[in-house]
Amino acid sequence: MSSKATPLLPRSTVEMTKLDPADVEMTGLAANSAAAGLARATNSAVVGPSTATRLEAPEAKPKKQKRRLARLLREMWAHRISYLFITPFLLCFVAFIAIPVLAAVALSFTYFNAIESPRFIGWQNFQYLISQDLLFLKHALPNTIKFALIVGPGGYVAAFLLAWLIVQLPARLRKWFALAMYTPSLTIGIAMSIVWLPMLSGDRIGYLNSILLRIGFIDVPKLWVTDPSLLMNAMIVVTLWSSMGVGFLAMLAGLLNVPQDYYEAARIDGLKSRLQEIWYITIPSMKPQMLFGAVMAIVTTFKTGAIGVELSGQNPTPEYAGHLIINHIDDFGFIRFEMGYAAAISVFLLLLMYVSNKLSWGLFGSKEDE
Amino acid sequence: MRLRLWRRASRLHAMDGFQKVLLLLMIVLSVFMLLPIVYIFNHAFKPYHELFVYPPTFFVKEPVLQNWNELVAVTARSTVPMVRYLFNSVFISGLAVLLVTAASALCAYPLAKHRFPGYKLVFAAIILTLMFAPEVVQIPRYLVVSQLGIMNTYFGHLLPLMAMPIGVFLLKQFMDQIPNALLEAARIDGANEFTVFLRIVIPVCKPAVATIAILAFQSSWGNTESSALFMMDEEMKSFAFYLSTLTNNLANNVAMQGAAAVAALILFVPNLIVFVILQGKVIATMAHSGIK
Repeated sequence: MSSKATPLLPRSTVEMTKLDPADVEMTGLAANSAAAGLARATNSAVVGPSTATRLEAPEAKPKKQKRRLARLLREMWAHRISYLFITPFLLCFVAFIAIPVLAAVALSFTYFNAIESPRFIGWQNFQYLISQDLLFLKHALPNTIKFALIVGPGGYVAAFLLAWLIVQLPARLRKWFALAMYTPSLTIGIAMSIVWLPMLSGDRIGYLNSILLRIGFIDVPKLWVTDPSLLMNAMIVVTLWSSMGVGFLAMLAGLLNVPQDYYEAARIDGLKSRLQEIWYITIPSMKPQMLFGAVMAIVTTFKTGAIGVELSGQNPTPEYAGHLIINHIDDFGFIRFEMGYAAAISVFLLLLMYVSNKLSWGLFGSKEDE
Repeated sequence: MRLRLWRRASRLHAMDGFQKVLLLLMIVLSVFMLLPIVYIFNHAFKPYHELFVYPPTFFVKEPVLQNWNELVAVTARSTVPMVRYLFNSVFISGLAVLLVTAASALCAYPLAKHRFPGYKLVFAAIILTLMFAPEVVQIPRYLVVSQLGIMNTYFGHLLPLMAMPIGVFLLKQFMDQIPNALLEAARIDGANEFTVFLRIVIPVCKPAVATIAILAFQSSWGNTESSALFMMDEEMKSFAFYLSTLTNNLANNVAMQGAAAVAALILFVPNLIVFVILQGKVIATMAHSGIK
C-alpha cells in the first residue's frame, strides 16, 4: 500500500514537517494505511523548512511575503480546476454546516426570541446553564452522560466484537451475518419506535411483559417505557440494538483488510491465543478504522434525542427520565423560543462531542509512534 | 437433493469446533437482532383479533390487508393526497442520491489527488465536522435556509443533504489508494482532469460511490427534519414526515398499531432493498481491496 503513495512522498514530507497539533490529529484520522505510512516516514525526518524559514533576515520579510503571495496566487490559479471540483460541496458545506455552527456560537452570547433582533448579553446564557438551570443540571446532563457512557463505548466494543466474530466465520457466511447486524440501523426515525413499542408496551399484551410473566420472572406487567425508572434502560437497549451502522461496517472492512501473513508471522513469533492476536495484531493494524468507528459512535450517541420521546410518547418524557441535552435544546428552541439560550446549550453539546472525540483520539493516536 | 444435503453437511464438517460454536452463537444473535423486524412484517398483516390477543402471537395466522386499508382510509381524509407525499419522497431521494454522490466525489477527488493550496484546511474542516452532528445546530440552519429563500422549495430539501462530510471523507480515503501512475498515464494520453475523473477515478471507486449512494438514500428517505422545519406548505412535505404525523400520537394508543406497522414497513423496506442490492458489491469489493 505504502509503495503506491511514494510518488506523493517528497511533497507531503515537506508539508508534514510543519506539524501543529491539529495536523497530527488530522493525519491520525486520515491515516488509512497510506497516510499512516507517510506519517511514520516523516517522523524519522523532522528537520527542514520550518526551521529554515525562521532563520531568515527580518528586513527581507515584506518583499518575501509579497513574492510568496504571488507564488501562492499563481499556484492557486494553476489549480483552478481543483477549486472548481470542490465548489459544489464546499458551498453547501459552508451554508449548512460552517455558518450554522458559527451562528450558534454567536447566538449563544445573545438573548434572541426569534421576533426581536438578538441582544448581546455576554456569558449570561452559559452562567445560567451551568449554575441555575435545574432541569439541565438534574436531568439533561446526568441523563446524557449516563446514556453516552453506556451506549458509546458499549456500542463501540459490541461493534468491534461482532465484526471480529463475523470475520472468524467462513467467507460465504459473513455477508449474511453482516446484513443481519446492519439491518436494525436502517430502522431510522419513526420506524424504530414503531418496531419497539409493541415489544415494550406496558400492558400484558406487550411481548416482553408477556414472556416475563409466563416464565414467572415478574408478577405484574412492567411499564417499560412510561415508568421513569425503566425508560432510560429501554432507550439504551433500543439504541444499542440499532447502533451497528457505518462504524460497524468500517470495522468489518478493516478487519478483512488485515493481511493474513501478519497472523502467520505472529504465530511463528509465538503468539498463542486469539486474544493476543486481537491485541497485538488486529487492533494496531486497523487503527484508522477503529478511530473512524469511535468518531461515528460518539456522534450518533450524542445526537440521539428523539428516542425517549418516541418510546414514551410524552414530551417531555415522564419525570424527565429520558430528557437528553438534545431534548433540552428542542425544548428551548422550538417550544419556548429562547433561541439564544438554545444555541448556548448546543454549543455546550458540541464542546462535549469535541472533548469526547479528543479522548478517543488520544486512545488511538498515542500508540501511532510506537 | 440428498446429494446437496450431503454436500452441505460436509461443508459443516469443514469448519473447526470454534467456528461451529461461533456459528450457533451468531445465529442466535442474528435472530435477536432481526426479531423486531420480522415481527413488524407480521404485525402489518395481522387482523384486529390477532393484534390484541393474549398471549400475544409472533407470527400472523390469517394475513389480511386490513391494516393497509386502514392506512389508506386515514390518508384519504388528509387535504393533500398521499401520492403527492410519496412523489415528493421518491423525487427528493432520487435526486439526493445523484447530487450527494456527485458533489462528494467531485470534492473528494482533488482532496485526494491534487495538492492545491488549502487542501489540508478543507480536509481538516471536513474531519472536524465529522465529529459534529448538524442536528445540534438546527436553529441556525433554519435561519440560513430562510435567508437563502429556499423555504418551501425542493432545494430546501436537497441542499442541506448535500453537505454530507462523511461522504467526502469516505470517498477521499478510498481515492487515496488509486495509484498516481494510473492517473498520470491517462493525462499523458491527453485526458483532461474531468475525463480522468469520470473515466478512471469513478469506475475505480465504484464500491465507495455505492456506499455513499446508500448513505445518501438513507438520510433523505427517512428525513423528517427538512419537512418539519423548512416546508410550510403541506404539499411540499415528505412521506416520512407525513407518516410521522400519523403515528405521533400512537405511542400510547393501541388503536392504530397495525396501520403504524404498515407505515414503518413502507419507510423501512426501500432502505433494506437499496442496501441489499448495493451491499453485496460493497462488502465483496472491500474484501478484495485488502489484496491490492
